[in-house]
This record gives sequence, C-alpha cells and structure tokens, in this order.
Amino acid sequence: MNDFQTRRAEPVEAPFSHSRMWVRAKNGPSTSSGLRRLIAPALLLIATPALADSLMPDAQWANAQLPDAQQEHEAKALMEKIRCLVCQGQSVADSDSDLAGDMRSLIRTRIAAGEKPEAIRAWLIERYGNWISYEPPMTGITAPLWILPLLLLALGVWLARGRFRKRKAK
Amino acid sequence: MKRTWLWIPLALFGLFFAVMAVGLSKPSSTTITSKMIGKPLPKFSLPPAHAPQPGLGSASFQQGQPRLLNIFASWCIPCIAEAPVLSEMARKGVPIDAIAIRDRPQDVDRFLKRNGNPYQRIGSDVNSAVQMALGSSGVPETFVVDGRGIIRYQHIGDIRPEDVPEIMAALRAAQ
Repeated sequence: MNDFQTRRAEPVEAPFSHSRMWVRAKNGPSTSSGLRRLIAPALLLIATPALADSLMPDAQWANAQLPDAQQEHEAKALMEKIRCLVCQGQSVADSDSDLAGDMRSLIRTRIAAGEKPEAIRAWLIERYGNWISYEPPMTGITAPLWILPLLLLALGVWLARGRFRKRKAK
Repeated sequence: MKRTWLWIPLALFGLFFAVMAVGLSKPSSTTITSKMIGKPLPKFSLPPAHAPQPGLGSASFQQGQPRLLNIFASWCIPCIAEAPVLSEMARKGVPIDAIAIRDRPQDVDRFLKRNGNPYQRIGSDVNSAVQMALGSSGVPETFVVDGRGIIRYQHIGDIRPEDVPEIMAALRAAQ
C-alpha cells in the first residue's frame, strides 16, 4: 500500500538491523493491520530522531572548507565521486549522515597533508570495494559500459550511411 | 523477414522498461562487506572510551589467540539487542574487545551499566577513522581477528542467538 507497509511485509533479516537501516529493524511483532497502520508510523515519528545519531559534534573538516582553495577544490571533487555508505545513492559531498561527515573530514585532512586524491580513492576502494566509487574502473563486467556506446554509435553511422546511399541512387 | 526486424526496437524498449520497473519495485539495499577480510588489521591506537577500562590498539590482536572486535555505539539501537548475546559469549570465555564509534565517555558508561559489559578493552573512535580503516560501514559490526592480527570474518548487524554458532566456528577456524 505505502512504503511503510511493503517494508513491513518483508522478513527482518540481519542486514536490516544494521544501524544505517535501523528504522526497519524496529518492526515489532505484528498486531492487527489497521491498528498497526495508525500506531506504528506515529511511534516511529516520536522515537526515531532521539537515538538515531551520535551526540558528538561534527568532525573538524566535515563541514568546513580548507583554507587553501586549490586543496579544497581537489577535496570537493573527490567527495563528489565517493559514495555514502549510509545514504546509498548519495555522494559523500551530499549526505548528511555522520559517517559521510567523518569521510569528508578524512578526505580534507589527507589532502591538506599533501596526499593525492587518487591515493585516497584507492585507499577507500581497498576497504569497501569498487562500490564506494562513482567512477567504476574498466573490468570484465563493466567493459560493456564503455564498449556498448561505441558499438551503438558505429551501428548508427552504418545505418545512416545506407540511407544516404539510397538517396543518392535515386 | 524485413517485418520482424522492425519489431526489434520495440522489443528492446520493452526489455529496458521491464528492467527499470523491477528496479523500482525492488529498491536495492546493498550490504557493503569489508574487503579487509584476510588482510592484517590496520595499525591503530585508540584512547579509552570510558575511564574504568583501557583503550584499544592493534597490538592487542597479536597475542596468539583469536579475538572478537565489536564495533558499537551507545546511540545504536541494534547494539542493545546484541548486548546479551555478547555477554553470553564472554561468559563462555570468548575474548571480546570493542571500538565505540562517535561516543562520549558518560554515554558509554551508561550504556554498559544498563546493557552489560562483555568487553576487555574499549577504544574510542570519535571520528570513525578506525572504522573506515577497517572497511566497516555501520554499527554494530563484529570482526573475528586471529592471533596474528589477520581479519578472518565479519558479521554485519546485531549478533542474534542463531548467529552465534557461525561466529564460534569462525573463531575456531582462526585458531
């Protein structure tokens, strides 16, 4: 019916109890569906914000720019290419989650220390795999992403050529 | 023959449409496993997370016996759920150390008083730096680290009673 209900129907598995999705883990034993529809979302509204996040202040460079404009530019460019582990589908630059803030701080600290963005990206990929990067490397599985557009373009040229020839023949 | 060729673009569109529709109705929730399994624990040294217990360094995992490394936080709800399971494992003699993520000493204290304290050492990771070095993507998570400091196993999410046999097997395999 709505988003809440479709999730409700799923069995609660271990990954859902991970804190990045802990709201789903709150699903308790089932009551009558009408009652649940009314009460459960209301409870979530009351209970969620209080304990969902850390009480610690943001890391030093989570939301502050580096004084050196060139370094800040490099750091920002890298953040936009790194995927947030909590709000999957957002980049670390866009996400408001604590872990994304800590990752921004880590990136700025390392760039300020003179590390190259590529090295930081490699460090993160070593830990989280290619998933963490929005710039997938060319491998056997991802090769079609690069090759297919070229093939389709070639096919288009070939088709267009056939048409132009016919027109000339007339 | 020529007629059938004409249907190919529509068929391709149908295929594309089906893939998109399935993707929309089943949003993916990807669990990101650490790629550090099989690799040595990164070097770290964390201050105590609360006064009564020592902090945690990677050197503690070089003592010849496999240990559990639990990533938790006082603000994490599933961590409360797994606390009794961890306490039971500690009672059975499993050595457990922990890293508290983005936590304040008074909050760690209150959490342990309320939910039990199965930990031998607790390091405080205020900016998730060690968590990221481990390739961990949230709380709670639990790693099995062998006696030479090599990460052997990762459990993502709270440990439930039914997960214990697999973790015990990973500990035995890491002997």
